Amino acid sequence: MTYMIEAQGLTKKFGSLTAVDNISFQVEKGEVFGLLGPNGAGKSTTLSMLCTILKPTSGTALVNGFDVAKNPSQVRKSIGIVFQDPSIDDKLTGRENMQMHGDLYGVPRDQLKSRIDDVLKLVELEDRADSYMSTYSGGMRRRLEIARSLIHYPKVLFLDEPTIGLDPQSRDHIWNYIRELIKTEDITVILTTHYMEEADKLCPRIAIIDHGTIVAMDTPKKLKEQLGGETITVKTKKNELFMEKIKEANIVKAIVIVNEEVKMTVDGAHSLLPSVINIAMQNGIFIESVSVQEPQLDDVFLHYTGRALRDTKGKELSPMARMRRH
Amino acid sequence: MSEARGIFTLWKREMLRFVRERTRLVSSVVTPILWLVIFGTGLGMSLGRATGYNYQQFIFPGIIAQTLLFTAMFMGISVIWDKQFGFMKEILVAPVSRLSIFIGKMLGVGTSAIVQAIIVLALGFLIGIPLTIPMIAEALPMMVLIAIGLVCIGLIIASILNSLENFGAIVTFVNMPMFFLSGSLFPVATLPSWLKWVFYINPLTYDVDALRAITMGSSWKTIFPFWQIVMIIVVFDVVMIAIGSYLFARTK
Repeated sequence: MTYMIEAQGLTKKFGSLTAVDNISFQVEKGEVFGLLGPNGAGKSTTLSMLCTILKPTSGTALVNGFDVAKNPSQVRKSIGIVFQDPSIDDKLTGRENMQMHGDLYGVPRDQLKSRIDDVLKLVELEDRADSYMSTYSGGMRRRLEIARSLIHYPKVLFLDEPTIGLDPQSRDHIWNYIRELIKTEDITVILTTHYMEEADKLCPRIAIIDHGTIVAMDTPKKLKEQLGGETITVKTKKNELFMEKIKEANIVKAIVIVNEEVKMTVDGAHSLLPSVINIAMQNGIFIESVSVQEPQLDDVFLHYTGRALRDTKGKELSPMARMRRH
Repeated sequence: MSEARGIFTLWKREMLRFVRERTRLVSSVVTPILWLVIFGTGLGMSLGRATGYNYQQFIFPGIIAQTLLFTAMFMGISVIWDKQFGFMKEILVAPVSRLSIFIGKMLGVGTSAIVQAIIVLALGFLIGIPLTIPMIAEALPMMVLIAIGLVCIGLIIASILNSLENFGAIVTFVNMPMFFLSGSLFPVATLPSWLKWVFYINPLTYDVDALRAITMGSSWKTIFPFWQIVMIIVVFDVVMIAIGSYLFARTK
């Protein structure tokens, strides 16, 4: 098995603050791996160490087989990065920004032009390539940054909060481009996000980070399964009576009344649903509504960190960055 | 090879930005004209005679040095913009050494400053400076030598500061004192000795002195022999490059 990333006991301290605390994980070649966590959990710091921007306080990390501390320049040649904050030159056109990137990374000149055209096509910006960056929308800038990060054929792509600050439609677009590039490029992707939906849709495997440590790591599906089953929510006229009868039948794992609704945790909700409704009818209880819910990644996060992720608002961009991104 | 390509790329970026900033190009022509024509005429009428020279021609090399200084400072400080707007990250994670980044930036800003100074030099005909080929052949390499040190000052300040909030302070505490205490507007030789040492520690004093020796010819007497002035400028350049590249290597 070839690992594109091997982090071993990676730790970063800023003075007395430990931003990343003894993190270890491996990412296989061709994998799309998500680092999920609230703001300040240590995602970006972890990424910065893997990108050679920050030196680890202790621990090691190999990227494409190169040690980030001992061989940063080989690591840099192997990776593409899309930063959380915008990092393009506004005074230049899209193509000029791309050209400059290719030159800085030493992409052979005879390939550079066609490579730029290819990656621009991938993010559907070929028509706008010769406009100044200052005329681009926030979503378009992001797309250009993604395209730019691919120019030098990186082996590993780091996406730090790729859709932060974007509207839902642009977010959807970016997701499509990321899926597309995973298919067309021979690449391993690490992305950080604090959007559950994003991790769920893009990453076959995720690590949940909180307070600088990995609290859980698996496929989204397995993480959800660990929570133990789905939820059936039933609203009736006689909630207490209904709950009693269900308990007597002994078919659910847990049952509570929340907000005038009866919530049952069960295994195999869909096959169990007829029996639940039968119990209500036999006891003459009128059902107003029924819903079945599979566990969400949100619940997984809540389970592991004791906090709801959806409560944490999107990280505010710095005023300067916001000004730039509109 | 790849380092050279990186340096060239960073230089090219500065050039593209330079030619696209129309307002700066226009102001770079208008400001020296104002100084030479308005200030030169006005002040020349009242105290110019005391210098013993045509006052406009006297301040002309000072205005060239001022153009080099201000352009070098303002554009050198653009590194802070790059840091604040995140573009610096794109450069810093590229597989290009910090030294090359510093050199690329220095060459880019230096070229811009020299182009502006050449425009001012060409304006010399307005006030009767004879633009002879030997004079220009001496002035150009001198402007290059001067620009190197001044650009490095800008880059050094930019690598120390992280925000633009201190920008006004830099203008107040660096640009203005350097310009006014350089002998651009009045001769240093006739100053009281307690004030003279301030001029002697100002690198721009030697820049102005050297340029003046070139544009005014043998009628100007330099502070030290001309070759010593050139040596001072060269040593200053070397020291500034050393400090600047050291600080850049530590940039996070």
